[in-house]
This record gives sequence, structure tokens and C-alpha cells, in this order.
Amino acid sequence: MFDWTTDAAVWLRVAEILLHSIFILVPLLVVVAYYTYAERKVIGYIQMRLGPNRVGPRGLFQPIADALKLITKEVVQPQQANRGLFYIAPLAALVPALGGWAVIPFDEGVWLADVDAGLLYVLALTSLGAYGIIIAGWASNSRYALLGAMRQAAQVVSYEIAMGFALVGVLMLAGSLNLSAIVLAQSGGVLSWFFLPLLPLFVVYLVSGVAETNRAPFDVVEGESELVAGFHVEYSGAGFTLFFLAEYSAMTLVAALTAILFFGGWLSPFEGWAWAEGLPVLDSGIHWWVLKTAFFMYCFLWFRATFPRYRYDQIMRLGWKAFIPVTLIWIFVLGVAQHLIGVVR
Amino acid sequence: MIRDLRYLFRSLSLLDLMRGLLVTGRRLTSRKLTLRYPNETTPKSPRFRGLHALRRYPDGEERCIACKLCEAVCPALAITIESEERSDGTRRTTRYDIDLFKCVYCGFCEEACPVDAVVETDIHEFHFERAGDQIMTKEDLLRIGDRYEKRIAEHRAPDVADP
Repeated sequence: MFDWTTDAAVWLRVAEILLHSIFILVPLLVVVAYYTYAERKVIGYIQMRLGPNRVGPRGLFQPIADALKLITKEVVQPQQANRGLFYIAPLAALVPALGGWAVIPFDEGVWLADVDAGLLYVLALTSLGAYGIIIAGWASNSRYALLGAMRQAAQVVSYEIAMGFALVGVLMLAGSLNLSAIVLAQSGGVLSWFFLPLLPLFVVYLVSGVAETNRAPFDVVEGESELVAGFHVEYSGAGFTLFFLAEYSAMTLVAALTAILFFGGWLSPFEGWAWAEGLPVLDSGIHWWVLKTAFFMYCFLWFRATFPRYRYDQIMRLGWKAFIPVTLIWIFVLGVAQHLIGVVR
Repeated sequence: MIRDLRYLFRSLSLLDLMRGLLVTGRRLTSRKLTLRYPNETTPKSPRFRGLHALRRYPDGEERCIACKLCEAVCPALAITIESEERSDGTRRTTRYDIDLFKCVYCGFCEEACPVDAVVETDIHEFHFERAGDQIMTKEDLLRIGDRYEKRIAEHRAPDVADP
């Protein structure tokens, strides 16, 4: 046992981890802020509008203006609300969405923590995010919020299963739960990435990711046409801001995971091609991971601008009657194929 | 059976969803229709009926002779006129109020006027900040007329029958 008060090395290590967390969190929060701007711009462009363009050049200061407005607003607390839970809920939603970033490998050897069961950790944290929403719905003591929370609970339970099965496919191919080992198992150019042998599972994972983060077309949790704003009706000011941050960082996390699990993370698609060898940009590196993540982040916005919201029973039918059978069948196919080809790790 | 299989293939291949994504993807780069409003405006007919004004003759004399035809024709009863004989023997208004909350901007007052005194300009960007401000007095209307006389005359020039 080391002595916490005198061992300088321990404190140095703690300081180092804190510093690294800041290096991850600050860029992440900036990205999240500008993700909201990108969302309004992209959806505006798709609807042949211009989107925000008044604050700063091309509206670039819009997220800053939004943040200032939200933070300076009054925090209204409903009379019948459960005081403690009401204030814990936004944090319970945000912390898991940020915590997942601890095990994300950005580049070879660049991570906050190299956890052996990293995938399990991420899966656990994304499910924990649901508690924030359920607590918010309960603590607000409002019918709309409660109904939104109920929907969220049922939706997360259904899609968690399909998502977990989709990841089983990744595990079978990679033979590891460690995220950087999963990336390295995909080395060898674009054809060795997991999205090709796992195409159905990739689609299931991406759609489940959209459903997990309660984004359109699965955003019945907020469902403004029936539920006003769902679980966050009673939240204003800073509490609402935290829910907003949680939703967008969860989306970013799902996009980052999709890039890592199915699209080779930081690996270059030209790996192993003779002519691309030694070229600086085409080499593997963090920029490939950023590019892939940005593409999936864009997909979230694209889906929202394209698809009408599912009815609630349709969401349940898709989860239980389409996704779970598809994933089970594909895992079986994969197992048989691995047995026949003899790639048992 | 075959229909079932075709349905299964269509829904599993997500082809319809891809087609939808392509439609929105194409729109992403298409021309934007947004009008940057205070900097850009849509074209407006020269006969647009907006804020009222009272005009003057080029020598500075007010046109209105207090005939009260506009007051009589106004369907919303928005115009109130009181008149008296001026020292030079002509009849003039002492009060000419238009309540812009009652006004329906039909333009009948302008049509009724025998001397082209009351007109509706093309100004539509105006507002009131206190209750009571919406009643335009004779002074207000004359001031608007003085300020925008050039614009008013220009918009009416194509309608002058035989110059």
C-alpha cells in the first residue's frame, strides 16, 4: 500500500490524468457546441434555407450566444418536483455521456485509459445515460415528463439488446474487448474493416445508436407533438443546457464508436497499398478517426432531416421483430463461417 | 409467397430509405431560397397600400379642402375630420385623424379624394410603442407627406391619365 499523503508519484499521476481529461473534455465540449450549430446549418441547407447567419461571420458565434442565453436564464423549479433528484438528473445524463470518452483510442497509444474490457465499459455507460432521463421524468412530477421517461426506458431496453448482439459480432472477429485491439484487428486497408463482413450488424448498430440517443426518427421521448418536450418539459436554463450537452455528446460518442468498431478507427483506408506508402496524409493517424467520426456525426443530422418520426409501436416492432432476429441470424452465420474457414481465435 | 419475399428484400435492403437520403442529400447543395430580410426585400407593387399621408401642392399649400368624402367613404370609420373657414376664406381642416388600428387599408379614401390629398404610401414597416400612438393626427400625416413626397409622386406617375 502506498501512502496517499506523501507519495509524490501518486499525486503526479493524478495530476496527469486530470490534465489528460481536460485535453479530451475541452475539445469535446467545443465540438458539441459547434455540433448544434452544424445541425441547424445542415438541416437548414437541406430545407433550402440558410440556417443561423446573423451572429458573427456566417453565424459562427451562434453557439456562444445560445450558451450565454441558456446559462443566464432563470432555473424554474416545479413546486411538486423532487428537489434532489430534479437537480441530479441532468448530471446523471451528462456524466456517462462524457465518461465513455475515457477509453476511446484516438490514435495508436493515444487514450486516457487502456481498459481491457473497454467495450463493456462503454456499453455500460451508454445504458447508464438512460437513468438521467428516467430520473428527470420522475423528479419533474409532470405527466408529460413521466410518459417521456417511460418511453425512453422501454426504448433503451429494446435497443440495448440489438446493440449488444451487434457488438458480439465485432467481438467474434476481433477476439478482444479492448477498443484499440479491435481497431488493430482491422488493419490491412479498407477491405479488412469490420463493416464489410458485419454489414447487417453495422446497420443495426448505427440505427440502434440513433435510437439509444433518442434522435430523430426515434425521438418519441421528446415527441413535441404529443409530449410537449418529453422528459425535459420542466427544465429551463442550466438544467436544460446539461441535457442538451448530454444528448449531443452521446451522439458524438456513438459516432466515434461506429468509426472505431466498424471502420477501423485511426487506420488509413489505403493501408497496404503500395503507392500510398509513405505519403504523409494517407498514412494512418488521428485525422482518419476524426474524418470517420465527423461523417457519422453528419449522418445523425442527415437522418433527422430525412426521416419522419416513427410511431411508438413501430419502434418496438423494429427493435424486437427485425433487429434482434437479424443480429442473431448473422451471429450464427458468422460462427459457422469462422468454423469452416478455421479462424477461431 | 413471392410478394412476401419481395417485401422482405425491399425492407431489409433499406432501398427506400436510401432513396429518401439521396433526395435530401441533393437538396443540401441546391440554391437557397432564404431572403436576408433587412438587407434584401421582395419586390412590391407600386400600388401597394401602406401608411397614410397628406400631400401638399408644390407651393407648400395643403391640398385637403375638408370635403369629408374620405370620412364618408371609410368603411371602418377610421377617419375623423373637423373643419372651419380660414382667414383667407378657404375651407380647411382643423382636425384630421386616422386611427390606424381601425383602418383596413382599402384605399377608398385615396380614391374618393378629389384633390389627391390623402394617399396611402408604400411604407409598411412602422410600429407604435404606446397606446394612442396609432391615431395619426393632421400634423403627423402632413409630416409623412412632406418627407416622402418624391416617392409618393413617383408611384403615382404611371397612373396619371393624361398629363
